[in-house]
Amino acid sequence: MNTEFLGIAVSFVLMLAIGIPLGKYLAKMFAGEKVWTDFMKPIENGIYKLSGINPNEPMDWKQFLKAMMCINILWLVYGFFVLMYQDKLPLNPDANPGMTADLSFNTIISFVVNCNLQHYSGESGASYLVQHFIFMFLHFVSAATGIACAVAFFKAFRDKTTTNLGNFWNYFVKAITRLLLPLSVVVALILTFNGTPSSYAGKDQFISLQGDTVKVSRGPAAQMIAIKHLGTNGGGWFGANSAHPLENPSYLTNITEIVSQMIIPVAMVLCFGFFIGRKKIGWVIFGVMMIGALMLLIPSISSETGGNPAIAKMGIAQATGAMEGKEVRFGPTATAFWSTFTTIVSTGSVNGMHDSTMALTGLWQLLGMMINGFFGGCGVGVLNYFIYLIIAVFISGLMVGRTPEFLGHKVEEREVKIAALITLLSPFLIMAGTAIAAFVFTNHGNADWAVKPSAWLNNPSYHGFSEMLYEMTSSNANNGSGFEGLGDNNIFWNVSTGVLMILGRFLPIIGPVAIAGLLAKKKFIPESAGTLKTDTITFGLMTFAVILVLNALSYFPALALGPIAEYFSMVK
Amino acid sequence: MKNLMTSIRLTLVLIVLLCVIYPVLISFAGKLSKGKGGGETISVNGKVVGYANEGQSFTLQKYFWGRPSAVGYNAAGSAGSNKGPSNPDYLKDVAGRIDTLLKYHPYLKRSDIPAEMVTASGSGLDPDISPDAAKIQIKRVADVRGLTVQQVTDLVAAHTEGPLLGLFGPAKVNVLKLNVALDELKK
Repeated sequence: MNTEFLGIAVSFVLMLAIGIPLGKYLAKMFAGEKVWTDFMKPIENGIYKLSGINPNEPMDWKQFLKAMMCINILWLVYGFFVLMYQDKLPLNPDANPGMTADLSFNTIISFVVNCNLQHYSGESGASYLVQHFIFMFLHFVSAATGIACAVAFFKAFRDKTTTNLGNFWNYFVKAITRLLLPLSVVVALILTFNGTPSSYAGKDQFISLQGDTVKVSRGPAAQMIAIKHLGTNGGGWFGANSAHPLENPSYLTNITEIVSQMIIPVAMVLCFGFFIGRKKIGWVIFGVMMIGALMLLIPSISSETGGNPAIAKMGIAQATGAMEGKEVRFGPTATAFWSTFTTIVSTGSVNGMHDSTMALTGLWQLLGMMINGFFGGCGVGVLNYFIYLIIAVFISGLMVGRTPEFLGHKVEEREVKIAALITLLSPFLIMAGTAIAAFVFTNHGNADWAVKPSAWLNNPSYHGFSEMLYEMTSSNANNGSGFEGLGDNNIFWNVSTGVLMILGRFLPIIGPVAIAGLLAKKKFIPESAGTLKTDTITFGLMTFAVILVLNALSYFPALALGPIAEYFSMVK
Repeated sequence: MKNLMTSIRLTLVLIVLLCVIYPVLISFAGKLSKGKGGGETISVNGKVVGYANEGQSFTLQKYFWGRPSAVGYNAAGSAGSNKGPSNPDYLKDVAGRIDTLLKYHPYLKRSDIPAEMVTASGSGLDPDISPDAAKIQIKRVADVRGLTVQQVTDLVAAHTEGPLLGLFGPAKVNVLKLNVALDELKK
């Protein structure tokens, strides 16, 4: 068998072998049962004491969300100013300049919301202080925020009737001390012993074999790259992200990085089932998500390994597949594998340039981000899926003529309204955003911005449109990858995607947690013969159908103008 | 207000834990790694000539060439070309690269040319080429250096790294290491 396929097979198996037990562990840990990481308790108690937190204080859904929003807003303010004045702060060995106000606005939102869209380039745009004290810090805490909110949602369905969703600070701190930090230590060690730099030394210089003077960017990157993947953040140390040979030096580090970005999203889904004592529902959701993931993965691999038809016409063999924007040490199969998971899991790190992937691969990448519920980002993936579940419950209820119920709680007008609004939000933001961008590009090409609109696109025609569509989609999905040819460091893209990212992050967290809080308050109705069972395969397929129909209806026209049109223009 | 005070205090505590203690510990551990945490370098006669994991520009005929790079192998930055598959200008560039390769390797057929030799890498710093891409350059390098084809073929074989554990991922040849060995062979 082909070693490139074996490579992704072993990544897949490792993802399950680590993700499944991790899900069980998380369920126990967040429920406060005895687990082996209890040795962290003194550290946690120290953190609580220093911060004035009572981890046992109950919170209802409003208090929970208030605490969450408060600390997130604090990070936005803190980061905004540090980014603007990084040139005046220490730990800047390469003397990088401060960010402009609009770039700082975009960048800080991007990292607070776990998106990691990067309109700067790491080597020349961020000091070591910023990389660690802002970016890496936010990698940890934004992932922990998502996980904490997901646990609150789990808690709502664990108890029959309750107003208590648990304590935000408690979940948040434990997500770091019991999950993200220990795993980061392991991954960072693997990376640093396989070639990723971890020392604080600045740029190096040497004379190459041919006599050229070459400067080399370095820095304490391994620490950040570990959590960038575990926390499904994706914002890289170097401009080329995980395609960079120091950020991802070998096939071993490639497996490590791809597996580490998948394990927590997989674990969180199963954690839901274990946590509420209904294992089956966790597995059904897992099954739906996995089918969705494979449906995006298989065609991506096939179009990348097939190579570029336009280059095939020149008589080039392309034995391994399309190589533009890819690295030899990974090959097209592992790059296609990565591109699928980074778009569904909302990491947004890349080990090859998405802008240069085949037209159809671009389609699957976009679709993965538009759906944004096949595993999804740390914690938020489950919350996004929950919105689809509520819609599916509602439609199924109408179909069989019963009051819709979810896990013993009546789903009524208010909950369905919230779910419907959240469902409509993504298409609205993506399409309106892309439409405005396309309008500015065609009608105001000479606007006096850092990058003139007429110079935005790195590729003409359909692919150029895809570049704009991708940027908006990635922002709304909090993914952060890009068709990086887009000239995006100017006021239009910095502000528009900044707004999209913040709405695309917090509304889809607030909505599901609110629904869960509202449902949990209601009287518990024991299961009877008339109950719509939500943990069956039938209901799983129903949810899958809802996901497909909603997304096809929302996005088909936009996709037809971009990647689909490009594909057909190439096969003629 | 209580939330705000808690937020500020918790943020400060976590900054110490996550941005000082954690990275400094890893950095200390990294000192034990091959490049002492600064990236592994390759030296000739005690002088650093490059980073093992980063490609560099090879244009002279006596060396094996690496892949096209969108940043000219300037390791102070990194980037791919971000050219889409149907972009006509990009396809012209590819056609040009094919012609250049054929010019310097007149013994080749178009179908011998591996795709990665005419396409830019993702980082612009790809240190590797495939064994096939090394193979097509053997005759040129041997002729220029006055070596036999067999000598150079053996050297390429010795520098071909198989898949991880012999099972996972593609085989590859590190261009810098190969060229350093080539220079040493001459002596």
